[in-house]
Amino acid sequence: MSTSTNNNSKKGIHLESVAIRFVGDSGDGMQLTGTQFTDTSALFGNDVATFPNYPSEIRAPQGSLYGVSGFQVHMGSAEISTPGDTVDTLVAMNPAALKTNISALKPGHMLIVDSDSFSRKNLEKAHYESNPLTDGSLENYKVIEVAMTTHTREALKDMDLDNKTILRSKNMFALGMVYFIYNRSMEYTIDFFNKKFKNKPQIIEANTKVLQAGYFYAETLELISTTYQVAPAKMKKGTYRIINGNTATAWGFLAAAQNSGMELFLGSYPITPATDILHELSKHRCDCYGIKTFQAEDEIAGITSSIGAAFAGDLAITTTSGPGLALKGEAIGLAMMMELPLVIVNVQRGGPSTGLPTKTEQSDLLQALYGRNGESPVVVIAASTPDNSFDYAYQACKIALEHMTPVILLTDGYIANGSAPWKIKRTSELPPIKNNIITEAESYVPYNRDEKTLARKWAIPGTPGLEHRIGGLEKDKLTGNVSYDSENHEYQVNIRAEKVKRVENYIPDIKSELAEEGDLLVIGWGGTYGTLHTAVAQMNEEGYNIGHLHFNYINPLPKNTGEVLKKFKKIIVCELNKGQMALVLNSKYSEFEYLQYNKVQGLPFTTLELTEKFKQLI
Amino acid sequence: MENTPVKYTFKDFQSDQEVRWCPGCDDYVILRAIQKALPEMGRKKEEFVFISGIGCSSRFPYYVDTYGVHGIHGRAAAIATGTKLANPNLSVWVASGDGDSMAIGGNHFIHLLRRNLDLNYILFNNEIYGLTKGQFSPTSELGQKTKTSPYGNTQPPFNPGELAIGSSARFFARLGGNGPKEMTDVFIKAEKFKGTALVEILQNCVIFNDGCFKKYTDRDVKEDKQLFIEHGKPMIFGKEKNKGLILNGLKLEVVTIGENGIKEEDIIVHNAQESDSTLHMMLAKMEYPLVTGIIRSVEEETLEERERNLVNSVSEKDKFTCVDDLFFSGETYEVK
Repeated sequence: MSTSTNNNSKKGIHLESVAIRFVGDSGDGMQLTGTQFTDTSALFGNDVATFPNYPSEIRAPQGSLYGVSGFQVHMGSAEISTPGDTVDTLVAMNPAALKTNISALKPGHMLIVDSDSFSRKNLEKAHYESNPLTDGSLENYKVIEVAMTTHTREALKDMDLDNKTILRSKNMFALGMVYFIYNRSMEYTIDFFNKKFKNKPQIIEANTKVLQAGYFYAETLELISTTYQVAPAKMKKGTYRIINGNTATAWGFLAAAQNSGMELFLGSYPITPATDILHELSKHRCDCYGIKTFQAEDEIAGITSSIGAAFAGDLAITTTSGPGLALKGEAIGLAMMMELPLVIVNVQRGGPSTGLPTKTEQSDLLQALYGRNGESPVVVIAASTPDNSFDYAYQACKIALEHMTPVILLTDGYIANGSAPWKIKRTSELPPIKNNIITEAESYVPYNRDEKTLARKWAIPGTPGLEHRIGGLEKDKLTGNVSYDSENHEYQVNIRAEKVKRVENYIPDIKSELAEEGDLLVIGWGGTYGTLHTAVAQMNEEGYNIGHLHFNYINPLPKNTGEVLKKFKKIIVCELNKGQMALVLNSKYSEFEYLQYNKVQGLPFTTLELTEKFKQLI
Repeated sequence: MENTPVKYTFKDFQSDQEVRWCPGCDDYVILRAIQKALPEMGRKKEEFVFISGIGCSSRFPYYVDTYGVHGIHGRAAAIATGTKLANPNLSVWVASGDGDSMAIGGNHFIHLLRRNLDLNYILFNNEIYGLTKGQFSPTSELGQKTKTSPYGNTQPPFNPGELAIGSSARFFARLGGNGPKEMTDVFIKAEKFKGTALVEILQNCVIFNDGCFKKYTDRDVKEDKQLFIEHGKPMIFGKEKNKGLILNGLKLEVVTIGENGIKEEDIIVHNAQESDSTLHMMLAKMEYPLVTGIIRSVEEETLEERERNLVNSVSEKDKFTCVDDLFFSGETYEVK
């Protein structure tokens, strides 16, 4: 519990922020438990950040180490940018969950376990040689052993329920306890049961009973001598909701479709962790949105169907993750040659090859920038938080439509699955989106370009008089007819690159945060924003003078990038890869020296490891 | 305005591009047949979109003065799927070869047929790779000597009709590459057909596989070796019009009318609209006679119709009118 601002009072000790992790078997309902705690805290007014962590196996064997599923929530009365490096309370529903997560719990802090699940069989499955609850290995923690299964059974003894249903509601016992400990109301969750199980009154009753049983049990427990309070955060006025990055991305596209007045076509093939975007958009097929979703037969059909839709005049999108981006490479080249608007989302995961599908990494940057044959520049942008995935999805569509180019939007598993409060935006607050559609012309020349943007005009099938043929062969600089002329080819290569470069005139300047000049500039891009920002802010509080520069626009880079870089004595580029952004910066601004901090463990940075590294450099 | 009939001639569908196929290639015949068929379809010129992949035949869109996409290898079917779903009012045509359709693009080919969009697919089958200069294709015969099979091809071929019907094709026609009139006629019928219409053309490659269909298509053998079938007509062929097909147990058998007591009424009458594809599959697989014409033509609901119905039913229930309604729905909270 980070900073104590007040001592014990009736309502408990006041804390600035708290991180809690719920861990259990894949079937124990930990995601639901964590989400409920998050929503209740957000509703109370805390700033929150969450991170789910679940196995790639759908139904891993019960009690196994690799079947452990977890959900971490960080709530605070001040700005919360990360789910937290370590946790203040760990709730472990079985030995495997304990074993795989105990290292995240701060020494001296609270561990709540379901003691009923510490059977010999479960201990064996978790590869424990002796019972950690009795062998003294947990003496550094405040262990609260609760026979949750027994208590749950007891709470439901008067109801005629099968064993499976009883065991399924045990997570609510844990949630009830945590609600008591952190002085949270049960109201939101009980409302949730009433809505979710509208037609199953028995399930509503069972869950409510168990939730309350947990709450009251905690109240009577002597071991829990104090409770805790986290005051509401000072957040901007407005209407909020908790949103994860994938949903925010999908909604950014919905907003772009509405504001551009265009129909949206999403061609996609399921792949972790990007599939939720396809799920989300598939829900919104009402005519009022004008959304078409197409689950294709493979990644290549996902993007090529989108190219076909773009040719026909839709706002076309395809979504994927690392290996899928590799498969789409040739088609991105086609879209670039045809100069059609197309948004490609890559929710990055651990690579290479199949890699670590459910873990996070930033190792597709070079693939996004250069992973195609020939000279084939496209715009590359990256979202940096769950909620700003909305803005960058919107921006990706805007750039694609206004500049007639493919745009790759990079997010990652960490922000895609993580959630944060989103101050809901109205579509009227967003910048307008124009497009380059042409409906009549004296004589249509497909590759005649706008003087400023160099975007070509977009003539859509069905428009009389503008019939034309385009494709992947090099084309004449005006007519679009096949051309093998060597000078024309060089001209076309140059002008396609120039078109992408000129996007720099339409994106905002970049600013370093927390310091405009100083001893060290910490550079990041994409989903590492929260941790880098927290680490840099912490160091400035400690009296250091360092800045944080975070890139959302990567190709082209903001025009003033060099100006910002020269204001710091040292530069360190921090990435969840082996130094891809450092390489990009080095190739464009070679006058600076780039130190690097790289991590490829499938995990986000921790604030601690970053501050330690930064301190060494100053 | 929508209903004003527009009268076009084949010249309206000739683009300004110089056609660059080898002299004598059947592709010229197919192009001409399409340019003659398009004016007869009762559609406006700007509603046609020709989409291709890579290969000799995939240059096709450049030569038809409509909208066109020359895509990447194997992906024409997938591109066309997006175009048709984006705008179901278009008449979408795929032009693709045997390698493009059944090797590199095999996955898209079978799924296109399964989904049944209302579009048309011309399969230029020349049983060879032409543009890469003479390698065996997925329809090359076993033992065929090509640049990549100098000692004979060891990979058995697909029969495109069998593959297509096996992939739920609702419309399958096969035609020789030297019959422009039949082609024009079948292309018009393909356009009228609601659903994916696949037309396989046995297209002679004069350079790398010359004469591969000679045994069926040469003028002096054509009538004896090909059975051109038409819906509602008996399956009779031969110079003397005295050969026909009957079902003998589970097999099709060639018989001669007037021999062994066989009469004309014993010959099977072609029903292209039979939904059970068993007989159509048998016809597609026959080698003697080679069956040409429209083998199967069974209309069913199309993908775009199912999508439209889905959107209609969702729209009836959806209480929102714009995305802002969605954003502010459900679990929101106020910070004051």
